[in-house]
Amino acid sequence: MSLSNLIKNWSTLRVKRPYEDQYKDKDYKWAMVIDLDTCTGCNACTTACYAENNLPVVGKEFFGKGQAMHWIRIERYWGENEEMEGKFPDRGAQFLPMLCQQCEAAPCEVVCPVGATHHTPDGLNSQVYNRCVGSRYCSANCPYKVRYFNWWQYPERAWPNPLEQQLNPDVTVRSKGVMEKCTFCVQRLTEAKNRARTEGRRVADGEVTTACAQACPTSAITFGNLADDKSEVARIWARQKVDLAKDKQDKEEDLRGYRIFEDLRTYPSIVYMERVRNFEA
Amino acid sequence: MSHTVDLHTPEDKDIHIERKFVPKPLDIDREVSWAKINKDVLRSLERPRPMFWVIFVAALALFSFGVYCEIYQYQNGMGAADLNNPQVWGLYIATFIFWIGMGHSGTLLSALLHIIHADWRKPIYRYSEAMTTFSLLTAALFVLIHLGRIWEFYYVVAYPNERWVWPNFSSPLVWDATAIGTYLTSSLLFLYTGMVPDLAICRDNARGVRKKLYTFLSMGWQGTDRQWANFRVTYMTLACLLMPLAVSVHSIVSTDFAVSQNPGWHITSFPPYFVLGALYSGCAVIITLFIVLRYVFRFEEYMTMPILNKLIKMTFAIAMVWNYLNLIEYATVWYGDNEVAKAQFIYKITGTYAPVFWGMVLCSTVLPFALLIKFVRTHMPTLLVVSLLLNLGMWLERVQIITPTFAHSQYPWTWTANWFPSWVQWGIVAGSFGWFTMLFMLYCKIFPAISMYEVKEMVHDQSKMLKARGQ
Repeated sequence: MSLSNLIKNWSTLRVKRPYEDQYKDKDYKWAMVIDLDTCTGCNACTTACYAENNLPVVGKEFFGKGQAMHWIRIERYWGENEEMEGKFPDRGAQFLPMLCQQCEAAPCEVVCPVGATHHTPDGLNSQVYNRCVGSRYCSANCPYKVRYFNWWQYPERAWPNPLEQQLNPDVTVRSKGVMEKCTFCVQRLTEAKNRARTEGRRVADGEVTTACAQACPTSAITFGNLADDKSEVARIWARQKVDLAKDKQDKEEDLRGYRIFEDLRTYPSIVYMERVRNFEA
Repeated sequence: MSHTVDLHTPEDKDIHIERKFVPKPLDIDREVSWAKINKDVLRSLERPRPMFWVIFVAALALFSFGVYCEIYQYQNGMGAADLNNPQVWGLYIATFIFWIGMGHSGTLLSALLHIIHADWRKPIYRYSEAMTTFSLLTAALFVLIHLGRIWEFYYVVAYPNERWVWPNFSSPLVWDATAIGTYLTSSLLFLYTGMVPDLAICRDNARGVRKKLYTFLSMGWQGTDRQWANFRVTYMTLACLLMPLAVSVHSIVSTDFAVSQNPGWHITSFPPYFVLGALYSGCAVIITLFIVLRYVFRFEEYMTMPILNKLIKMTFAIAMVWNYLNLIEYATVWYGDNEVAKAQFIYKITGTYAPVFWGMVLCSTVLPFALLIKFVRTHMPTLLVVSLLLNLGMWLERVQIITPTFAHSQYPWTWTANWFPSWVQWGIVAGSFGWFTMLFMLYCKIFPAISMYEVKEMVHDQSKMLKARGQ
């Protein structure tokens, strides 16, 4: 970015809220749907993510200190039913897989002093490890707290010789002092996009998916291109009447789709589908 | 017809005259000769009380321990500080705000009170300005210390580079870096400019290496009329430049929080609240240093009780305004419509970190009322303890801004109840106090901590005033 460019195009560089259908003009806008009704909390997505994205296993001690690196985590929530107090509820906990929401107006992007995290044209919230100085402001401002910092020099601890042989060669191994987070498996997306471009077409639906979606045994996670009207993701979004550019959806009673913290105007790219519970029983 | 009242009845005049002759305590003794001022202040550069070395060695020890902790953290990673996912900043940023804040009162004393011609500031502004400079240096250290990759810190600075990669100008951290850099440069310049005539006095009285140093620094000051005239203009200009800077710096630091989305930070009144908090803690430190310097360098004749009394009055007034802004903040949260912010506030005053909050209330809200008692104002050891407690309260204030918000922000999954900083973090925080004290003590030993020429002006003005009154 040259100085003249900076002065001239200052307003275009600002992080803006998405306006209606703006993403539909583009070729790609990656998005996700997570169905909480089918999620069993098996942690397969987390495991797949560790394998795909070279996430270090930090060990019991550091995990206990809250220094774990799970880009996708399974959260457990227990029902607030007074009758069940002191007992485990019949149906167990409710699970919620939490990963970076790839917000369209991401709070982390604005505050990074060096611009290490920014928005890609295909709607990802990217992280440039080389540029990151580790001020952790992005994490402080992330309402979902899904950014993970390399508190220690993890690689040597997590993959002692010869374990480094199992690392995914497509993904950078991060050193201490940088921030990282879910990338929607950007290495897979880039590869698919390159392949499609050489063949002169758009990436087809189902051609590429994230590691978590691939590993999910109950297919609770659906990943795809929201800009493509015929994709599975776009169809679910449309069926659930979730609009990317709205901070408050006109929701009907029987629709299950919602986005987390919509009122904070982060415009997340992940729609969660409420769990269906029969409260009479 | 006569609805106007003649105010100047003979009785009134008598009373007026009566009042005029009530002897007021003078800020400084009118009999002090100029030669004596030189002698006394220059003596502070030679042979302080043994307490000086006690403080200096203690500070050096603390600083060394801090350096050790920082090296340990540098080599192992930020995890050594026991920071974790929601608690990403810990004590580092809290202490950073504390040090930035301390800097403000120095400027208030040296620049604002200079502009409005409050003469009582003259014997104490020099060391306050030095305090500003050194506390800013300490704060700048924390900006570096808290970085995960401290060796890449220059990415935050807007410098031209071959790939034209700029920092993100919409980030408050970049505003911070710029604001602190500007403020540090200008207050250093201001401190130095104000010192030039005194450095010339030092030069004329020193020998050996010191003579060389002072000769270089005094830039050929001869005390000619022309030099004085230029000096006055420059000094006043710098003072006018510094005043808005002082207000802007802490406002900008507060935007680190106010701009973010977190409950407990996203508050409109943060900039004035931070500026007032800054002035408050700075005044408390000035009182502490007043007592220390007065004892260590035998400055009893210059740092007098009437001046201390004025300083305490100012501190008390600032404390009350700070309290008011504090109440405004809580009231806006309480009566506001933001459930998350309200829950956060309730957590802050009742949760795990409630002792920090109530400690702050005790030290910074309740304790200043002790300044109303005459004994506290005049008994030095008590006042020293009170001023240190005020400081502690202001440090706790910064901790209670940062820590509870991380522990109880929007997302319930990350609510933590048992976070505690590690020894590395405590060591670095303690080391910063050592670093500040060490620098400050060294400064007072090498440079005159009292402005000689301005004290002379003060004595001169006072005796002129008294003569005019016929005393």
